[in-house]
Amino acid sequence: MSEDRRNRQKRIRNFSIIAHIDHGKSTLADRILESTSALTKREMRAQMLDAMDLERERGITIKLNAVQLTYKAQDGEEYIFHLIDTPGHVDFSYEVSRSLAACEGALLIVDAAQGIEAQTLANVYLALENDLEIIPVINKIDLPSAEPERVKQEVEDVIGLDASEAVLTSAKSGLGIEDVLEAIVEKVPAPTGDPDAPLKALIFDSLYDPYRGVVTYIRIIDGTVKVGDHIKMMATGKSFEVNEIGVFTPKPVAKDELTVGDVGYLTAAIKNVSDTRVGDTITSAAHPTAEPLPGYRRMNPMVFCGLYPIDSNDYNDLREALERLELNDSSLQYEAETSEALGFGFRCGFLGLLHMEIIQERIEREFGIDLITTAPSVIYKVEMANGETIEIDNPSKMPEGKMIENVEEPYVKASVMTPNDYVGAVMELCQNKRGEFIDMVYLDENRVNVIYHIPLSEIVYDFFDHLKSNTKGYASLDYELIGYKPSKLVKMDILLNGEKIDALSIIVHRDFAYPRGKAIVEKLKELIPRQQFEVPIQAALGQKIVARSTIKALRKNVLAKCYGGDISRKRKLLEKQKEGKKRMKTVGKVDVPQEAFMAVLRLDDSNK
Amino acid sequence: MIKGAYVHIPFCEHICYYCDFNKYFIKNQPVEDYLKALDLEMATTMIQAGGVRPETIFIGGGTPTVLQDEHFARLLESIRKHLYHEETAEFAVEINPENLNIAKLEAMKRAGVDRLSIGIQTFDDTLLAAIGRMHSRESAIAAVQLAKDYGFHNISVDLMFGLPGQTRAQLEHSLHAAMQLDPQHISIYSLQVEPRTIFYHRMKQGKLKLPGQDIEAEMYELLIKVLRDRGFEQYEISNFAKPGYESRHNIIYWNNEEYYGFGAGAHGYIQGQRVVNARAVKGYITRVRSEGHAMVERHSVTLQEKVEEELFLGLRKLRGINKKTFEEKYHRSLDYFYKDVIANLVKKGLLHEDKEHISLTEKGVFLGNEVFEAFLV
Repeated sequence: MSEDRRNRQKRIRNFSIIAHIDHGKSTLADRILESTSALTKREMRAQMLDAMDLERERGITIKLNAVQLTYKAQDGEEYIFHLIDTPGHVDFSYEVSRSLAACEGALLIVDAAQGIEAQTLANVYLALENDLEIIPVINKIDLPSAEPERVKQEVEDVIGLDASEAVLTSAKSGLGIEDVLEAIVEKVPAPTGDPDAPLKALIFDSLYDPYRGVVTYIRIIDGTVKVGDHIKMMATGKSFEVNEIGVFTPKPVAKDELTVGDVGYLTAAIKNVSDTRVGDTITSAAHPTAEPLPGYRRMNPMVFCGLYPIDSNDYNDLREALERLELNDSSLQYEAETSEALGFGFRCGFLGLLHMEIIQERIEREFGIDLITTAPSVIYKVEMANGETIEIDNPSKMPEGKMIENVEEPYVKASVMTPNDYVGAVMELCQNKRGEFIDMVYLDENRVNVIYHIPLSEIVYDFFDHLKSNTKGYASLDYELIGYKPSKLVKMDILLNGEKIDALSIIVHRDFAYPRGKAIVEKLKELIPRQQFEVPIQAALGQKIVARSTIKALRKNVLAKCYGGDISRKRKLLEKQKEGKKRMKTVGKVDVPQEAFMAVLRLDDSNK
Repeated sequence: MIKGAYVHIPFCEHICYYCDFNKYFIKNQPVEDYLKALDLEMATTMIQAGGVRPETIFIGGGTPTVLQDEHFARLLESIRKHLYHEETAEFAVEINPENLNIAKLEAMKRAGVDRLSIGIQTFDDTLLAAIGRMHSRESAIAAVQLAKDYGFHNISVDLMFGLPGQTRAQLEHSLHAAMQLDPQHISIYSLQVEPRTIFYHRMKQGKLKLPGQDIEAEMYELLIKVLRDRGFEQYEISNFAKPGYESRHNIIYWNNEEYYGFGAGAHGYIQGQRVVNARAVKGYITRVRSEGHAMVERHSVTLQEKVEEELFLGLRKLRGINKKTFEEKYHRSLDYFYKDVIANLVKKGLLHEDKEHISLTEKGVFLGNEVFEAFLV
């Protein structure tokens, strides 16, 4: 038995794919699935691994997936592959690091025309930290603009990998896929654990299934797990009895046991995702392992915003939606809050802006609740005049200026990788965003890595959009939190029709308050439709008005003609108008559309 | 009781840039077959109606006058045969100035047409070209003169405002030019850019420059004043008449009363159902030949919908809605349905209420849609 396990173990290859968005990760994964007959063509949906609609639409992977494949290699042996998919966005870098920890190797896909991007680099470093064998794959070599030799050189120069044996592919046309599979057999080491040791399994993802409870995605490092075993989560201390184990092919297939090197799923009637934190170690309750796997980290949200139902009757539905999403996403945090303007809602914490947008969209789509999202905020540390320190994640809660001794805000180290030509534009942007220059590294003769310390709040607002537009999309961004620094921060209130709207308050740097105030009132003027009366918009620091503008009163809105007796058409038009108003929130007497609450994110070039 | 009949001629020589009605280039269209189908549709419908004829008839388009003189005369004969009777209160035809001639006037006289609705839109040649009309200021004036000389004394000059690039001065000139012709009625619609029009396409490309809401409101103020000063009563949002010359056909729509719709894509309101005919010319002809009618959509209006429509149509009339008439029709008072809505609109200054009527205030006329919307549940 033990011998069988060890023999099987030698034929296991666990790998992941590292790639920048658009460099062809999903397409390559699809080709691998096809070539290893995991799926018949008919079962193939394009980009099989990206299962959620939202993922498909945005072309990104949010949730990790793990697929078991069998591959008959040229040496005549049949190998068991586990392909572990990783999310491709900076918001999810911890999840990436955990899924990499479940592998022995990684395919590094680099676009033959575009070369390496900052985010890719960040993940390569994560892979190297986890001692992974990295196989460079130069993809899209059939593009007219492909320069495989230059890209190979870049891989050697920038990452220090030997690129002489890089595999050249075109995932789209299927070119080079066989070479990739052979390289995996040859280069990725077999797992090294001991099947007879106490159980040690890494949780690298989990999701909630209404029928089975939490489904954990696990990699067995040591030992063996069977149905009926009693297991324990080492970080949370919770114990459960195993109900089902299995692998994804990518359909879930139940198995009798999972042993060293296996990557699959486990269910144990676990009610709450927070009991099965990503990065935690599962062990046997009876014979626990001495040490958990290293690297467990509880994820803390960095970005906060208020979520409010447009129709206040949806409040309980919103609570339920958040409860359901939280089951699936332990990094989502929320607590009830009230706003004078918006009524009852929730303050929610997210890993980043993308995470926030995804949750918001899922609530609207999957639960059918129209939402108002307030502008995102970070956590500010406020030292009060009385010596007390408080944390503020909602700008409207910022105390009066005279009660404050000192305010600190979170800073990140931002690495921007950009072609030479745009260095000036990138540096100008970073300066405008209150960045502090740290370093500039030439990666090769064309590309530069520019490093700045920048307040997280600036990144959260619109840094990424500006970066993309100022560099024609060529620059890429990676950032990590480095701690808190004091800043001259003030709260800016927005008044509509003379009434302070708490949900529109923001925290700004004093030096940028005037231009930003002006930009916000102008943007609001554009976003809020005319009402039956004139609506003044003001931005204020304390009692002092720093910017104002006015939405003119609605003067004419009446349908002229009678469409030759087509009454239903007239009715539809009026219904549409009414429907549009229902999607607005009445604040005071003013009907405010959803997007106005995010106005601060939509300021064009105005905050320079 | 079905009160009116609308007859649709979906053919045009040229498509105006703002038009989203059911219309087709006349070239290569089976016009004769279409007229035969219309004749058959009217005949079978009237047999089913037990011979009770409508009080008003309106021929619209498309461009009714694009028909060759002979076809035009045949159309009018058909209508006279099937719909017209001694007590017909109004028989109106939509006229394009460029097509009007003695032969058509004569055909109309013979058939009993007593009202002409002449689509002039503006008397400014540059604007006419900019909206894709085929006539000129001169030919428009000539057409009205010709109709008057031929003995038509119930003439509506149909105008538009809020046209791309139009100024208030240009609008004022058009109004004065219209007054020179001494019509009995003015319809004046603000330009609405509708999907599937040339203007919509241009707007999407950012190439359509419209005067904007503020100028449009000022234009509307201006035209109301000019027309009032000249003795026209604004009896509906877009319609002005000398006493006794209100469009009786259109009043049927606003009174939420029933009417027939004949022809391709025509809408009718028959025995509690809103109905729509097949839009395509050939599809219409085939259906009429095989079934005697061409209805492809029918919707039974619920009581709720009927009440809502009573309100949002009825309030278009400046006289408003008579409470007693409403109660007789629905066996419940207006307050029973809309007490709070009315109170709220009165408070906002959009609605006027007295013992007998509710009606739009001056402000309410400008913001009609805000009022109408409030009556939808």
